[in-house]
Amino acid sequence: MQIFKPHVINKEESVISITGLYKSFDDLDVLKGIDFNLYKAENVAVLGKSGSGKSVLIKIIVGLLKPDRGEVVVLGKHVNQLNRKELDDLRLHIGFSFQNSALYDSMNVLQNLTFPLTMNRKNLTKSEANDAAEEILDSVGLKDKLNQMPSDLSGGQRKRIGIARTLILKPQIMLYDEPTSGLDPVTSTEIIELINEVQQKYNTSSIIITHDLTCAKNTSNRIAMLLDGRFLKIGKFDEVFDTDDEQVKGFFNYNFIQ
Amino acid sequence: MNKKVRKYVFSKVLDEYFSGNHKAYRFIALFFKELFKRPFHLREVINQCFEVGLKSLALISLTGFIVGIVFTKQSRPSLEEFGATSWLPSLIGIAIIKALGPLVTALICAGKVGSSIGAELGSMRVTEQIDAMEVSAINPFKYLVVTRVVATTITIPVLALYCSFVALYGSYLNVHAEETSSLISFYQSAFKTINFLDIAISVVKTIVYGFTIGIVGCYKGFNATQGTRGVGKAANQAVVLAMFLIFIEEVIIVQIANWIRYF
Repeated sequence: MQIFKPHVINKEESVISITGLYKSFDDLDVLKGIDFNLYKAENVAVLGKSGSGKSVLIKIIVGLLKPDRGEVVVLGKHVNQLNRKELDDLRLHIGFSFQNSALYDSMNVLQNLTFPLTMNRKNLTKSEANDAAEEILDSVGLKDKLNQMPSDLSGGQRKRIGIARTLILKPQIMLYDEPTSGLDPVTSTEIIELINEVQQKYNTSSIIITHDLTCAKNTSNRIAMLLDGRFLKIGKFDEVFDTDDEQVKGFFNYNFIQ
Repeated sequence: MNKKVRKYVFSKVLDEYFSGNHKAYRFIALFFKELFKRPFHLREVINQCFEVGLKSLALISLTGFIVGIVFTKQSRPSLEEFGATSWLPSLIGIAIIKALGPLVTALICAGKVGSSIGAELGSMRVTEQIDAMEVSAINPFKYLVVTRVVATTITIPVLALYCSFVALYGSYLNVHAEETSSLISFYQSAFKTINFLDIAISVVKTIVYGFTIGIVGCYKGFNATQGTRGVGKAANQAVVLAMFLIFIEEVIIVQIANWIRYF
């Protein structure tokens, strides 16, 4: 496996800044006061149990969900205060890789990749869009799948295409929602390598939502442990798990056994 | 002292009913707001017209043809009793162009097109494909909903007109089997009692039906929840609600048409 190399992080330059974030669904309080900063060229893994609100957090960052309270500033813009046009402009700088890839199943791989590009860059010719798609596909190692339908691809291939689709818009920030869930160890390793390649090649800042410790350890500069709607600990991998906290230890032991 | 927090304004059912209605009206209002905004996605509209129109053609042809034959067969004995079989083409013309053609087309399209739109958008919603569009800075409402509703509103009137002609042809074949008559004279007799207002009302009716089928299918699909179960539910509700609304609209439009005739 390609070894994760920590990058030089500029702690002066925060690309995502979250303060006092609260979110609930009906009677269920999911996020209960999140404070967090993501710095430029930094990868942060958010760890937590299923249903702990990890995905909700990144959906709020990208404006898919509205918070009840709190402030989310992405690339200097207050997400909650943007109108549709401003939010779309901001979203062009954020790549979102969905847990189940969310590929458009009525389109083939090439159309999946060119669709966001042609919809957002009006003066792009069809051949330019196709070239860009082929280049991105090549970078995720799936150039031969150009004309296949998503239903013909394996889980790992779908994840790669999903990541490629977000990369085609050259985002500054990548948000990965459970990138290795449901994959075998070999394919998980390939996805981990891809996340690191993306970081090095495109100099992105990333939040990786996961409950897979291997993924978190091998992709991230910092780990944020989300428990009971709050970040229990944020720090380097060893710092987070060098603790007497039973909940954190329990999470570590569970993953170790797995 | 613990104060009991009031959870609903009226009751759970009433609150859901009113908030559901409010949500539906907002959905329709958003359609009209987005309709006149750029980009217009004309290619997708044409693509959807093809999906709605061409793919329903076989079913519409068959149903229209059978309706024409059956209606003629059922009407003939009653007219024969009064020796008025020469009125058959006019009777068929009025029934098919003013009522049966638009209604049969709308009901078939509510079943075929409405369920397909509901299921397609519902499936896109539960598999996060709509969210994927949203985060790629593509307006999914504009791309998915507006294009489909425009397509059904344009295509269903054309299909209804086609269905009426096929039904009249079916009727002609039945008439021709009993007594020799030419196709042209049959169509002339059928249209003799039809005026411009009748055709205009039929066209308006089918435009309203087309809009209803599109908007209901999109609304149910776009707001689908609860995974795969929700997809089936969205498709089913799209058909049931569209058919229900079509019958209500039929009654209202016929009533308005009658008022217009009096003035």
